[in-house]
Amino acid sequence: MDIIETVFVRNNLIVAFAVVGVTIWLSYFLADRLTHGRIHGSAIAIALGLLAAYFGGVATGGNTGVADVALLGGIGLMGGGMMRDFAIVATAFGVHLSELKKAGMAGVISIFAGVIVSFVVGAAIAVMFGYTDAAAITTIGAGAVTYIVGPVTGEAIGATDAVITLSVAAGLVKSILVMVGTPLVARFIGLDNPQSAMVFGGLMGTTSGVAAGLAATDPKLVPYGAMTATFYTGVGCLLGPSILFFLVSAMF
Amino acid sequence: MIVYGVALLSVCLILGMLIGETLGVLLGVDANVGGVGIAMLFLVFASNSDIFKSLTEDAAGSGIKFWSAMYIPIVVAMAARQNVAAAVDGGLLALFAGVAAVVVSFALVPVLSKLGNPPESLDKEGAN
Repeated sequence: MDIIETVFVRNNLIVAFAVVGVTIWLSYFLADRLTHGRIHGSAIAIALGLLAAYFGGVATGGNTGVADVALLGGIGLMGGGMMRDFAIVATAFGVHLSELKKAGMAGVISIFAGVIVSFVVGAAIAVMFGYTDAAAITTIGAGAVTYIVGPVTGEAIGATDAVITLSVAAGLVKSILVMVGTPLVARFIGLDNPQSAMVFGGLMGTTSGVAAGLAATDPKLVPYGAMTATFYTGVGCLLGPSILFFLVSAMF
Repeated sequence: MIVYGVALLSVCLILGMLIGETLGVLLGVDANVGGVGIAMLFLVFASNSDIFKSLTEDAAGSGIKFWSAMYIPIVVAMAARQNVAAAVDGGLLALFAGVAAVVVSFALVPVLSKLGNPPESLDKEGAN
């Protein structure tokens, strides 16, 4: 056992490549056999990843899913922000400038609309659950923007730890739902061209959610959605502790 | 050389991140503002320009394509390291807030997609 552990831990990134490769092979096999290609193989792989993350989190009590399991620590590096951003940028290779210009304005509007809409919805739910303090309402609203905007806003305006944790949870629910739900609703919301993908990225904003959701829908759309989504968290952190907090304070 | 493409990709990411961090500082925001998006623009410019041809064609290009193809596996690993347990533990408020934000945002996609230039189908018709 010791030998296995030593080898796996010392080569953790390589183990991650092998484990993810097997998972994807299995997912494409299942997609082919069980759903006859109706569900994309990568959608199944992402769902399996989330499921594994849940059990990993429950088993270890850590906060990086399956990466907290010692033998699978390399998943944390492979799926971390650095590799994710590197691969996202690589998907822009071969994108035509004309496609970006076509959706430019709609993309910019969607970023602001997305932040504000998610915030308002999250804040309204907080009010429905009986919160009356402006800092708490703002923080939960900001959590519905993304799980990064929630704590950044909460810490800036002095929300309690419990409320900040709730805002992170709300953002995680959003991110996971975008990963799983996007391929299911893509047909109904016209998500099949670069322009709607840019609007989609701007509206959803959660980089992980958009990255995985588009990958499972149509990998060709990834660069367009990712492009706008990466501005969203910044805009959210900008508006959350400032204008949005002032507006909520004026009302409560 | 494959590494030329990989290096170009790396330089794009680092430049984008530096600009994103700087924007964050200038705006007084504790976040990277669009670093990845800006990096993507750099790569789009580089791959559409003649000056960088030697860094984006042939073997060098396959260095970039490799990382582009590794995107889905990396996303699967990313899914496997999410804090799903915390999301489940967040209770009904977190669940409702997250779900409602997503549902409303999904519904807005077709509305905002119609903004700007003539919608849809450009992809299919404009392929020539």
